[in-house]
Amino acid sequence: MSIDATREPVIQAIDLEHTYDNGFQALRGIDLTIYKGDYVGLIGQNGSGKTTMIKHFNGLLRPTKGKILINGADATTLTVGKIAKQVGFVFQNPDHQIFCPSVREELEFGPKNCGMSPGEIKDAVEDALESFRITEFAGHPPAILGFGLRRKVSLAAVYSCHPTVFIMDEPTVGLDHRSARELLDIVGELNRNGDTIILITHDMRVICENTKRGIVLRNGKLILDGTTREVMSNIEVLRQTQIRPPQVIELSKELSAPDVAEFPLNVDEFINEFVKTKMVM
Amino acid sequence: MSTSIENANQDLSDNIIEVKNLTYSYPAYKEGEVAPKIFDNLNLTVKKGEFVSIMGPTGAGKTTLCLALNGIVPHVCGGKFIGDILINGMNTKEVTISEIAKVLGIVFQDPESQLFCMTIADEVAFGMENQGVPTDIMHEKVQKVLKEVGMTGRDDTNPFHLSGGQKQRVAIASILSMEPSILILDEPTSGLDPIGKKEVFSVVDRLKRERNMTILMIEQESERIAEFSDRVILLNNGHIVADGTPREIFANEEGLRECGISTPQVSEIALRYNEANGTNHRFITMDEALDVLKK
Repeated sequence: MSIDATREPVIQAIDLEHTYDNGFQALRGIDLTIYKGDYVGLIGQNGSGKTTMIKHFNGLLRPTKGKILINGADATTLTVGKIAKQVGFVFQNPDHQIFCPSVREELEFGPKNCGMSPGEIKDAVEDALESFRITEFAGHPPAILGFGLRRKVSLAAVYSCHPTVFIMDEPTVGLDHRSARELLDIVGELNRNGDTIILITHDMRVICENTKRGIVLRNGKLILDGTTREVMSNIEVLRQTQIRPPQVIELSKELSAPDVAEFPLNVDEFINEFVKTKMVM
Repeated sequence: MSTSIENANQDLSDNIIEVKNLTYSYPAYKEGEVAPKIFDNLNLTVKKGEFVSIMGPTGAGKTTLCLALNGIVPHVCGGKFIGDILINGMNTKEVTISEIAKVLGIVFQDPESQLFCMTIADEVAFGMENQGVPTDIMHEKVQKVLKEVGMTGRDDTNPFHLSGGQKQRVAIASILSMEPSILILDEPTSGLDPIGKKEVFSVVDRLKRERNMTILMIEQESERIAEFSDRVILLNNGHIVADGTPREIFANEEGLRECGISTPQVSEIALRYNEANGTNHRFITMDEALDVLKK
């Protein structure tokens, strides 16, 4: 995708390469621009380079070749701490991230380290507790909370620092459908308020039903980048990387003419396209 | 105690698992507090050879049920346990966990929490070593089960160097080597990438077709459940709220919604199609959907 001059880039990867010390080349020249307000679904098999790439977005890794720009600045000129105020990262396993004796302290940690004033910290924490609906658990030790709640705590703890970009690694794994729905509704709200979201997930329905843009990595290269509909409808390329789109897309392909390139992303769209239309006929 | 073990060999009924009036709560977190009941008078029977999938929201009691079936509840966890669980005729309160382990094996969600040996071969052999299986038979069995899960030729590989799907397959092999009659899989593909999920479901499918085992699978992937299961049980707040064939269960959209479970998309399409056309289709797989929709 060429750069859209009407939109504000927040993260840019320019011919990004990364080779680990053991010689493994995880990223082989990635060109990618993430814009303010994007809601991106990042897809790829384990080993495709997803985690390596996003670690460049928060400064945990530095390019071995090429460049990363964060809000226009070369990431190598910024400390990890400085980037953390702009780009928040939520781990796949909340237990790898949570370490404070109470939920409140967990949510306070980031703001304290970002240099917020006591008043600002208090406001940020109350806002985070409320936004993630965990106010009643503020005094609890996170360790005794169920997994879904710990996941919310980890997300709230990143939110409390007010980054404008959120990267979430598999936020719905281990959550039942309802909890996942609740979490994604909150994430959707963040995006509607102007935050940029990068969601890494293997759940294709989550991608189709929530994100606006899809990016697919394979063997360290970017193989698809477009709207969610464009990407998820590209069954052939997805198949090459052993990814199956949701059933509505596979069904739609079987029911459509061969030249159709874009398909319904959810059941509502499918019904409108294939069931209601038939009725009219 | 001996009576229970004797009974185990005289299994007169078809039922290999019987949960009778189970009421259970974990030990209270704080002294003086009363812990909530996880189960309240739960009853469940599973017949030999059945493939049962268990679905339910987080906190429904699915994992606690697994731990009750293999005796960890109550032997290790303690808590208040009322009622009886019979595994192949053995009452879990009256036998040891190791006795139950001869008959029932569990594969958990996180492979890293159950793999701990330096090589794949050691991992798979571990259970058998503890059972006192002779060495030559052990070697044979190791190779046999590794073949079943598609992990041959890497006996000396460190399991921690494997992908998620490969780790889970090794975990499954390590349980299969003990030849349990019952295999429980607790969200075996959660956290795996699409390839890993495919690999694990492929093994599960093979086990279903080729082995004479009773399989209980806890899963959230309703679309896969629709493919494999003879029977689906919905657990919510420690109660069985529905129990039937996949077709019956996935037609009950309201029941599923109440449990916060997502239906397979094709089932949702069936429901909406029926609403629009006044029909009564209950397709649960893509092929079935295409049969109807292509007309």
